[in-house]
Amino acid sequence: MSALLSLRNVWVEYGDRVVLEKVDLDVEQGSFVSVVGPSGAGKSTFLRVVLGQEVPTSGIITLDGEPLARECGPDRGVVFQRYSVFPHLTVLQNVMFGLECTKAPLLARLFGDAKKRAAAEATAMLQAVGLGDSLNLYPSQMSGGMQQRLAIAQALIMRPRILLLDEPFGALDPGIRADMHVLIRQLWQDFGLTIIMVTHDIKEAFSLGTRVLALDKRRHDPHAPHRYGATAVYDLELRKDAPTPEPEPEAA
Amino acid sequence: MRWVNREPDRKQRLALGAVPMLLLVILYLFAAYARHAVNPADKILPLPSGMATALWAQMTKADVLSGTVVFWADTLASLQRLGLGLAIATLMALLVGLVLGALPPVRATFGPLVTGIAVIPPIALLPILFVALGLGETAKVALIVIGIAPVMIRDVAGHVGTLPREMLAKAQTLGAGSWQILIRVALPQAMPRLILALRLALGPAWVFLISAEAIASDVGLGYRIFLVRRYLAMDVIIPYVAWIALLAIAMDWGLKTLSQKAFPWAHGASH
Repeated sequence: MSALLSLRNVWVEYGDRVVLEKVDLDVEQGSFVSVVGPSGAGKSTFLRVVLGQEVPTSGIITLDGEPLARECGPDRGVVFQRYSVFPHLTVLQNVMFGLECTKAPLLARLFGDAKKRAAAEATAMLQAVGLGDSLNLYPSQMSGGMQQRLAIAQALIMRPRILLLDEPFGALDPGIRADMHVLIRQLWQDFGLTIIMVTHDIKEAFSLGTRVLALDKRRHDPHAPHRYGATAVYDLELRKDAPTPEPEPEAA
Repeated sequence: MRWVNREPDRKQRLALGAVPMLLLVILYLFAAYARHAVNPADKILPLPSGMATALWAQMTKADVLSGTVVFWADTLASLQRLGLGLAIATLMALLVGLVLGALPPVRATFGPLVTGIAVIPPIALLPILFVALGLGETAKVALIVIGIAPVMIRDVAGHVGTLPREMLAKAQTLGAGSWQILIRVALPQAMPRLILALRLALGPAWVFLISAEAIASDVGLGYRIFLVRRYLAMDVIIPYVAWIALLAIAMDWGLKTLSQKAFPWAHGASH
């Protein structure tokens, strides 16, 4: 079985500073990969490279066997910890944005029947993430958890090949975070998603992921701490089988 | 209670805000009546009755030479120049600021030029404008535009340039290209900032308008003030200055209200 996403000998360097070194990785379709590691180990850099927001210094990344474009594109969806939603658009408009950009290259707006269809599709997606009652709110009127639900709906409407989450629940309080875990697992199963999630929370990484990657430096030179970069030091397959429903072990 | 925590309510704010203004008015009246007690023909600090008479004459009687009612002719001429200058500067700030802020190659090409123009004192360019464009309306409008547009452009460009990278990345993952990001992400988020920049530019715009009118004009609020100065006609100058202040406050209030009505998301419509 060929991998959906492959990284071959990927390096990221800023001048003398090596952030990622020799990252070799294959991500299977339908997997939920959690990426953990200490602060400054290049977790976010890794995600930005896969997203296309940053270009690796050397190495090849392929998605579906095709080399990745050197910028972000609709084949990869993303949810950041902050700034993922557009503050000037309502909830419904935020989710319709992707549909409008794809279908109306010139005006980036839809009219008439096309607009109604897009609104219906967006509404259905918002109901799936539990925001069916908040269609006309602005993001600033919503809590952090609701904003992240919106960011997820916004990304999923594009049916991305792969969904990238950069500490998506890091700023949420524990109760809301547990709700979000249930939601993301549900969506992962319902939509057959492939997810890469960067997180600080080891427990979250193991409870959600089918595979956990630990990024860290393999070597460390105390006189030149930036000379060596991080790579996947542990790569743990948790469940071989594809998405299986499993109760949230979070509740205590 | 600590002073940092004393938050006056609406009524108290109105009352507190009126106190210094009333004090100034009382101080003026006191000084004016004192001078008039010594010299009933004093021109330096006119009494309210004198100002009302002079202003009423300006507002109702047609000028012998031009045949127009000067107060309204002045107001119309000044507002026309100011409005045209503000409109052109705003449009420039929006178009140039947007592409400058959102497209790095454009910023690299024209950023230094805009910065260079912005540091030239506009009044220093006034002679060039008069030579190049003549003494007519064009030079006056051009002075306002040159005076405020660079600052507004830099403000809008700076604001667009600091839109979070995450937001631009997100837009691209939603299928947006450069053009779509410009019109659907950068433009709407630049609008409230543009209005703010315009509000802040109102003050300098008035300065440039009055300067241009004072130097070469035959009608306008600034022209009139500088004209009647020759006769020490403080009874005309003071009402004119008050009228200019009133117009400026009305414009500022109008723009603020427009921004709040049109872009509620930018004005803390929070939960």
